[in-house]
Amino acid sequence: MQSAKVPAGAQAEAPWAVEMLGIRKVFPGVVANDDVSLRVRSREIHAILGENGAGKSTLMSILFGLYTPDAGTIRLRGKEVRIRDPNDATALGIGMVHQHFKLVRNYTVSENIILGREPRNALGEVDFRGARRRVAALSDRYGLSVDPRARIDSIGVGMQQRAEILKLLYRDAEVLIFDEPTAVLAPREIDELMSILGRLRAEGKTVILITHKLREIKEAAERCTILRRGRLVGTVDVAATDESTLAEMMVGRAVEFGVAKRESAPGEIVLSIRDLDVRDARGHLCIRNLSLDVRAGEILGIAGVDGNGQTELIEAVTGLRPVERGSIFMDGGDVARWSIRERGRAGIGHIPEDRHRHGLVLGFRLDENLALRIYDRPPLLRRLFFLDFRAMAKHARDLIAEYDIRAGRGPATKAGSMSGGNQQKAVIAREIDISPRLLVVAQPTRGLDVGAIENIHRRIVAERDKGRAILLVSYELDEVLALCDRIAAISRGEIVGVVEGRGVDERVIGAMMAGRAG
Amino acid sequence: MRRDAPKALSMGGRSALDAFIGSNGALSILVVLLGFACGTAIILAVGRDPAGMYLALLQTLTGYNAASGVWNPRYVGEWITDSMPLILCGMSMGFAARAGLFNIGAEGQYIAGLTAAQFVALYFPPIAGLHWALALIAGALAAAFGGGLVGWLRARYSVSQVVATIMLNYVAFFLSRYLTRLIPDANTYRTPFFPATAVLPHAFLDGLTNHSRLSIGIFVVLACVAAYWLVLERTKLGFELRATGLNRDAARYAGIGVDRAFTVSMAIAGAFAGVAGAIVALGSFPYGRILSGYDNYGFNGIAVALVGNSRAGGTLVAGLLFGMLSSAQPLMQSRQIPKEITWIISGLVVVFVSLRAAFGRLVEWRAKVAASKEPQSAAARSSDE
Repeated sequence: MQSAKVPAGAQAEAPWAVEMLGIRKVFPGVVANDDVSLRVRSREIHAILGENGAGKSTLMSILFGLYTPDAGTIRLRGKEVRIRDPNDATALGIGMVHQHFKLVRNYTVSENIILGREPRNALGEVDFRGARRRVAALSDRYGLSVDPRARIDSIGVGMQQRAEILKLLYRDAEVLIFDEPTAVLAPREIDELMSILGRLRAEGKTVILITHKLREIKEAAERCTILRRGRLVGTVDVAATDESTLAEMMVGRAVEFGVAKRESAPGEIVLSIRDLDVRDARGHLCIRNLSLDVRAGEILGIAGVDGNGQTELIEAVTGLRPVERGSIFMDGGDVARWSIRERGRAGIGHIPEDRHRHGLVLGFRLDENLALRIYDRPPLLRRLFFLDFRAMAKHARDLIAEYDIRAGRGPATKAGSMSGGNQQKAVIAREIDISPRLLVVAQPTRGLDVGAIENIHRRIVAERDKGRAILLVSYELDEVLALCDRIAAISRGEIVGVVEGRGVDERVIGAMMAGRAG
Repeated sequence: MRRDAPKALSMGGRSALDAFIGSNGALSILVVLLGFACGTAIILAVGRDPAGMYLALLQTLTGYNAASGVWNPRYVGEWITDSMPLILCGMSMGFAARAGLFNIGAEGQYIAGLTAAQFVALYFPPIAGLHWALALIAGALAAAFGGGLVGWLRARYSVSQVVATIMLNYVAFFLSRYLTRLIPDANTYRTPFFPATAVLPHAFLDGLTNHSRLSIGIFVVLACVAAYWLVLERTKLGFELRATGLNRDAARYAGIGVDRAFTVSMAIAGAFAGVAGAIVALGSFPYGRILSGYDNYGFNGIAVALVGNSRAGGTLVAGLLFGMLSSAQPLMQSRQIPKEITWIISGLVVVFVSLRAAFGRLVEWRAKVAASKEPQSAAARSSDE
């Protein structure tokens, strides 16, 4: 399985839509792709599977002309091509739906689609009506049901993604690359996307799907190419390969799904949210009348699609966002109007969603980062004003040892030079260290590889077993299902329902996430 | 842990050039040398002898006139006197920068400090030893108020501190002229003489530097440099300000009062510029001045902070460098070197420092070009490392 073997038989003569042969791409100090070959048949859905950093995005960026390869050749329908930039790729019929959409928020769908390729009428004006007609026709043909007149900021993420797809179809793309397309979608939207992919194939398009979600591959793809650490592991027929084999090929060893954990032993209520209203940055009520309890020794998970008030809920609990109305009781006392620091001292730890933006000061040393929550009191503070840097380094060494943080230069390592997994371990170490009672955890494993995810999940469960109350928000339903003792589904700022985590049917949660009470 | 390998490789694989560009101290030295190299080339281009410039600089730094063999330490005193406000204004700029703010207002804060010091000098009872000290403190406080106001506006109403400080520069300038002209017996450009108790003493420095203008203000400057270092690098407040400067979201998340940090850092930044104004007012002139234009120490402080990388020691050295260039001007002219060359060198140094990011991109771009044009050379590069 060391190179892309063409399956035996008549298919060997099948015309390849895309061939990338012996691709090598070196970034300073990192070999992102090393002799990777990929063959995609026309009219197939081909998945590219790999951990974060396995090189799948690099490979696709090469195909889309964002990078030029150091070695290797690319052939389209048997003809060798050079793709110097995305314009070349577009001209050759290759399109890409990026993870972060490239849409102008205050333009309509059709304006976004024609941007850069505006049809003109006889007077040289932009022919908006014709554009809308053509967009509507494309939308009908592929079953996308997109309203060409809708403004991007008024439609949901799923629709925005379809606008991106239409953009490619409008430019006559034959090969459509999707970069982690389901990361932002609700379960129902994922199902719809899967059928759209099928429709695209039926209409003669070739689809390449970058993902690390095995279920999607089983559901949608015909063949799958697996990368690991920049090298090709192999290409397999999806129907003939089970999920655990795929996972093993991806990580190079057998992976246990789920997290080994004992039955929870919930104790007294630690965090009690009552009738909470919170406004978002634009002044809209994004949390409405929300009540929720978290007990000692349990993990309560908030399941929901990104943007349904999870971020604001966490900011309100930790003090980053003012509370409009309602109470947040911590061990019986209302902390809703307390400052961030006061809440920290009351025992609320917070592992933030975005560790680069909120969790760490990347320009600081590791020991300074680990001191961020406790620098203002002894033993790190001496004589009211001065910091004791020796105590700071010692504190860091203790946490480094306890949490197995790998940092090349110990406490003096710049946080920005550490790997993502170790940065997250540092944040977790610091927050667990200050929070005897409640740990608020948002997206704890975002962007981490499987090994780091396991480690962090184990740590969260261990803290639960020590009697901490844990409030967890994740947009990965699998993560919520694997970790949580109770699951609260949130939709449009309201808790739709709370269910026991053990043995729950994910369809029930999916329905609740979509706003339908289970 | 094998999955950390690529990261470790990228750290260990940094070339010497990358490391050099990454090192701030080395970069500052490099740009200064580059500036002088260009200055030398220009002198040659206009047909003069660059040796004249270096002899003038030598005389500024040591007081030794290589042409006549005469040693006069007064030049050293003048050099340090010229450097003092530059160092302080550099720290004004640098302190705000370390907290993530761009303080264009050092000029206005300098004027506020200068004006307040002049008023205390003229109106406070002439008590020996106390008078000038109070005038200095008044200067620092007035400028701290001006700077703090900007920080507060920023924190409270999100007023851009760049716009606010630029505007307040004018306010300070015209307010200073207006108020100072109200002083009885002031004419169009000066007030009556200060009482002797208000003037910064020269003490033993007179004997040491052959009656230069050097006053004990130099000790105030050194104390400010020490305070700058101590506050930023060693205290709780400095930790909060540095965290805010590097990542204000993370600072807020950690419970640091970011709004307070803005106000405090701008107030302290202002105080440094105010001390500069007070030292110039009380050390270099026997009377209060009615300003007819900017002294430009505040604006030059931006360059000083840039070259000194906003560190205490770096700003001290950079201030002395820029002070040397301006102090050497008359000595250069006497050696037929156009004095403008010093401005060219200062300007080039600033340009080169600003190009720092571009140097980094250049290295990246070269690597990229090498990698895309010749696959072999990329392989060769990685095996070199």
